[in-house]
Amino acid sequence: MRRTAGLAAASAAVLLAAGCGGGGPSGSGDSKLTDDKIVLGVLNDQSGVYADASGPNSVKAVEMAIADFKAKYGDKAITKNISVESADHQNKPDIANTKAAELYDRKGVDAIFDVPTSSAALKVADVAKAKKKLYFNITGATTALTGASCNKYTFHYAYDTYMLAHGTGTAATQQGAKNWYIVYPDYAFGQDMEKKFSAAVEGAGGKVVAKDATPFPNDNFSTFLLKAPTLNPKPDTLGTMQAGGDLVNLVKQYNEFKLRDKGIGLAVGLMFLTDIHSLTPAALAGTTYTDAWYWNFDQQNREFADRFMKETGTRPTFAHAANYSAAMQYLEAVQAAGTDDADKVVAGLEGKEINDVFLRNGKIRAEDHRVIHDAYLAQVKPASEVKEPWDYVKVLKTIPAAEAFAPPSAECKM
Amino acid sequence: MTGFLQHTFDGLVNGAFYALLALGLAVIFGMLRVVNFAHGAFYMLGAMGAYVLLAELGVPFWWALVIMPVVLGVLGMALERAFVHRLAQLDPLYNFLLTFGLTLILQDLVKSRYGVQSIPYAPPAELNGSVDFGLFDFPTYRVFVLVFAVAICVGVWWLLTHSRVGMVVRAATERPELTRAFGINVGRWVTPVFGFGIALAGLAGVLAAPMRAVNPLMGSDLIIVVFAVVVIGGLGSIFGSVAAGFGIGLIQAWGVVYLADWPILSQTLVFIVMAAVLMWRPAGLFGREEAPA
Repeated sequence: MRRTAGLAAASAAVLLAAGCGGGGPSGSGDSKLTDDKIVLGVLNDQSGVYADASGPNSVKAVEMAIADFKAKYGDKAITKNISVESADHQNKPDIANTKAAELYDRKGVDAIFDVPTSSAALKVADVAKAKKKLYFNITGATTALTGASCNKYTFHYAYDTYMLAHGTGTAATQQGAKNWYIVYPDYAFGQDMEKKFSAAVEGAGGKVVAKDATPFPNDNFSTFLLKAPTLNPKPDTLGTMQAGGDLVNLVKQYNEFKLRDKGIGLAVGLMFLTDIHSLTPAALAGTTYTDAWYWNFDQQNREFADRFMKETGTRPTFAHAANYSAAMQYLEAVQAAGTDDADKVVAGLEGKEINDVFLRNGKIRAEDHRVIHDAYLAQVKPASEVKEPWDYVKVLKTIPAAEAFAPPSAECKM
Repeated sequence: MTGFLQHTFDGLVNGAFYALLALGLAVIFGMLRVVNFAHGAFYMLGAMGAYVLLAELGVPFWWALVIMPVVLGVLGMALERAFVHRLAQLDPLYNFLLTFGLTLILQDLVKSRYGVQSIPYAPPAELNGSVDFGLFDFPTYRVFVLVFAVAICVGVWWLLTHSRVGMVVRAATERPELTRAFGINVGRWVTPVFGFGIALAGLAGVLAAPMRAVNPLMGSDLIIVVFAVVVIGGLGSIFGSVAAGFGIGLIQAWGVVYLADWPILSQTLVFIVMAAVLMWRPAGLFGREEAPA
């Protein structure tokens, strides 16, 4: 009996509250937030191949952003009721689709962050568009997010295939890599990377001697590695578009066949700090790649990395820093707009120029919502130069924001 | 020509892994009529175990090569007694589901302790160089893998043909009812044979650690090809599994090089061969049609 009574009372209270909120101004004064709170959603891979590069630590990064936002604004903050919801999409587009809808509809999420794996990233863009809620993609690589699939509520934050391919392909060719042998995994990401990479190499005056599609996933790259020195002309650089476990396989075997000693350097399409950590810097020494951010680049980054280390026990990858930055910029935009109304927040973000711990010379392009910023051509240090754990990379060159990303695509119709 | 020899050699090294894994699957299937779906997970445990031994206990590669197969063999026997055995009388599908579930559990246990990122494991220093074959040179470690795997396969073949245990296993594989009728206790060999098959998978895992990415999922991709190998060789055929293992390694290596312009073809070559073999000889190249009951 008591229980029924309690339930009835609770339902009445809920009805009452709902009535209130719908009708007049809500209880806590002048706040214009739905439910009087802000909820940030992190949708990513919590236990699969991208779990270390992004995963649970990206949730931590978003929590750090919330704490910093509250500390910055104190009592002036639009609300102190800010929380994080996270979900695991297992890198599957259909699961990403369902989870995104669930986050927006049932968990009251105002903006979704992260979402690795291009196919899943694109699905979530559709959900954001349909629900008219914000979506900051961090770890998806496809340029379609700001191309054919672009929409008003989707922002592409950290990097994309153009940035990776253009950065490494162009810069490495200019620095002396003339003849390339490119291997790429035979699925959407790899095929896209290969096209953009070949274009960048040829655009910079280099030559793609040969390119081979490899099975995905694949644990044996030896045939391709044996083939490399026999090509004519002999390539001076092996460009690999492999990622994750496949990249580890390829690099192990590249070292086994001693291709570097045979005059064939290594350039990697996509690599996270965690990949270098798992392969050990000695196995990758001299390898060049494009990084969206590096934790030991300057004092500002390092301070963030120190705090991140305290929270998580590891150094942040660019994905972690970008999640932090995107969450912070979203909260700032809500604060500035005085509301979490998606259209008003988007209006405040479009065209905004930003400098923060992740974005340097950053700008949110209004045309396609590509967030452009400086990128970095990085090289893995020889083991003798590694002075502390996780400090594996030196930045060879900063690629200015305007060059790092492709101009807005004609395919994007907002 | 040099290129051809190099790729042939490379194909044999890759085939060595298929052969070792397929051999284990074949003895288990032959004796128990169980398709061990967890074979890839034990391969992974072999590699992960080698890593744990080295990183946490300082045990070098050579000892891991002995310790891991023994440890996993014992684990395999325990699993056979505890689970596989109980389902043996039921539809084969039950053991199929059991070993599949076991795979997921083992993978996730390893994941929860060591994460998903690949773990570094360097080849032993003695095998770090390369061997000069005149026309070409080849990493020493790979030469070792090939020689070692061939030795194991020959050893197992000798055991099966020359020892009493081997004769019982062969007889039980081909005519289980008849073997029992001769008063031979087939049952008591079931558990050790299962353990032995698992030990071979573990051994392949230790061998893979220095040259492949070591992570919880390393077995799940490989095992698909290994099943194709077993089907091509003939389910339960010892010789067939080894021959098909090396053969598929060769076909893959040649395919990648000589069909480079048709990646779709070179990547699916194994399965095209499998389909062709199944149409021509449904029991596999060296398999026998099951005797009518």
